[in-house]
Amino acid sequence: MVDVSLVSTPKKGVSVTVANVTRVYGGSFKALDDVSMKIEKGEFFSLLGPSGCGKTTLLRIIAGFDSPDSGDVFFDDKSILSLPPEKRSSNTVFQTYALFPHLTAYENIAFPLRLKKLDEKTVDERVMKYVRLVQLDEHMHKKPNMLSGGQKQRVAIARALINEPSVLLLDEPLSALDAKLRQNLLVELDEIHDKVGVTFIYVTHDQSEALSVSDRIAIINHGKVLQIGTPYEIYEAPATEFVARFIGETNIYDCTVLSCEQYGDEYMCLVDVPALDTKVWVTDWDPQDVGAELKFTIRPEKIQIVLSDEKVAHMDHLNVFKGIVDEPVYSGFQSKFYVKLANGETVKVFKQHSTFLDDGPEIEWKDSVSIAWRAVDGYLVKEKD
Amino acid sequence: MGRRIDKKRSVILGYSYSSPMGIWLSIFFVVPLSIIVAYSFMKKGLYGGVINEFSIKAYKDIFNPNFLSTVWRTLWISVLSTAICILISIPCSYAMARSKRQTLLLALVIIPFWTNSLIRIYAWINFLSTEGFFNNLLMSLGIISEPLSLIYNHFSVILVLIYMYLPFAILPIFTVIDKFDFSLLDAARDLGATKFMSFIKVMIPNIKSGITTALVFTFIPMFGAYEVPLLVGGMDSAMVGNIIVDQVQKTRNWPLAASFSVILTIVSMIGVIWVMRTSRNEVKMKKDNKIAEETFKKEAKV
Repeated sequence: MVDVSLVSTPKKGVSVTVANVTRVYGGSFKALDDVSMKIEKGEFFSLLGPSGCGKTTLLRIIAGFDSPDSGDVFFDDKSILSLPPEKRSSNTVFQTYALFPHLTAYENIAFPLRLKKLDEKTVDERVMKYVRLVQLDEHMHKKPNMLSGGQKQRVAIARALINEPSVLLLDEPLSALDAKLRQNLLVELDEIHDKVGVTFIYVTHDQSEALSVSDRIAIINHGKVLQIGTPYEIYEAPATEFVARFIGETNIYDCTVLSCEQYGDEYMCLVDVPALDTKVWVTDWDPQDVGAELKFTIRPEKIQIVLSDEKVAHMDHLNVFKGIVDEPVYSGFQSKFYVKLANGETVKVFKQHSTFLDDGPEIEWKDSVSIAWRAVDGYLVKEKD
Repeated sequence: MGRRIDKKRSVILGYSYSSPMGIWLSIFFVVPLSIIVAYSFMKKGLYGGVINEFSIKAYKDIFNPNFLSTVWRTLWISVLSTAICILISIPCSYAMARSKRQTLLLALVIIPFWTNSLIRIYAWINFLSTEGFFNNLLMSLGIISEPLSLIYNHFSVILVLIYMYLPFAILPIFTVIDKFDFSLLDAARDLGATKFMSFIKVMIPNIKSGITTALVFTFIPMFGAYEVPLLVGGMDSAMVGNIIVDQVQKTRNWPLAASFSVILTIVSMIGVIWVMRTSRNEVKMKKDNKIAEETFKKEAKV
């Protein structure tokens, strides 16, 4: 894939601190509302959220194309707000690539060096280093309109890296590409990050992209940061209902905490879930007050599903329900089942397919099934975002 | 086999479809132009008209110092006015392209076209003359005590020429700036260019075709301008267009008028060829786009 040995000693980049940044458009619309975060040196950090959530605004503020109404942005411990974009040690990979149509791929990459009026030999050496990094040797003398989407993307990345920025800002760089190509480029991007070693700030609305490459993710909605954490933390312990729904798929219900006690490192709570007509055992990383109104969430792939004449393995704090398969959806490596419980509530269940012999009897439409999950697999989230 | 016949038939069909255009152009463009070229190589008749004899005297007459100074004046006035037109058009078009009231601004540029150009020139005469609006205003404000001579000189010719042909410069430049991807300027800034450098290195090369069109669209009519120097120019601001009219109507030297017209036509044609070359490059770029699309499709299949 990427020949990472071609790039010289990695620079470590800078840490980026966003302090209480607020940006208001048109007098009332808060694109960013008191946003704070600290992005570590050399980190691959993602800003994840639905379109219009403010993530691109934040990126543009860091790049210098927009300025906040209040708050500050620091590279290491220096405020950069007073610097114009060309004076900041950040470079951007734009969503639409923004390649200069009148210049070849080579000249696009050389653009920052030409501005510095470096001599031809130095320019050529440095351009070729990055041309090889992104594997564009064959195409470097083509104009952007002769390049495919993936190739344009590589030019954009090489051009953004050639100034050896301490922060690389990526604004949905893969969104214009088809799914397969996106996966390949994502892996390459990760390799480039490992070798170049500078801080990457990656804006995306695609949760699977963010989960697969990021060191940490900030989930943003309506201009507010809802949660900052590793992909594991965000998926397994979402802070709010929005995060739980936005990342992956989930079943989510209103609940009231009935009891809550220390249980190993975590807390074991019994909650009343009106939608399921029953009480459910669930663990949480934080203690919860008795009587608190929360949301209970269980990921579909963490629910076990068997035909109801089979036995569910018995253990403590196991939640078991009976139901009828309302809608089985076969999708290759897994099947999705929409299971209708006795009270009419539908629960999503994903079953990972295994080898033919281990897969158990086939579950079909209208089959009676038992579904079960362990308390540790459920999670409690805050109701309001 | 069938394909070859089809191709031959489609060529014939193509000619027949375009024949009305061909006939129209022959009658109203090629024939008159040929007559002018023919006249320019004939001897002048005593009371106008021409004598059917070959002569290049008309072309020799152009080198009369009086005429040469007029040609030179025409050239510098047109070049200067064109340059100012373009310099005004770029920021204007930029503002229009970025404005939310684009349609309104576009209408404001186009609406003056609906008024006869003579009327607009007379409006300027009223505005600029010694007793005109501008001088009266400045005098009543006490800024000046004597009227400025704003009219019947080179200044007024250049001013009114710019006014007349500004829309011809704004429209093509507006069209390219409107299509311009402004994120390219962000990209240039991001990569270390100052505002000015990103304009020079990124914006200008990408709107070049519009600027070329604007150059030709303004320079050609200005170079052949007739009514503006006649109505607002002074004794010494006659341009080539005025010579031609004088030679036809007053001096009655038709071959000389024809030879000047031929010169004007050649200058215009050079301009048109230049524009066609620029636009051909753009067509080539579109073709490249198609090829790229196909390679991309192939790649996607792989």
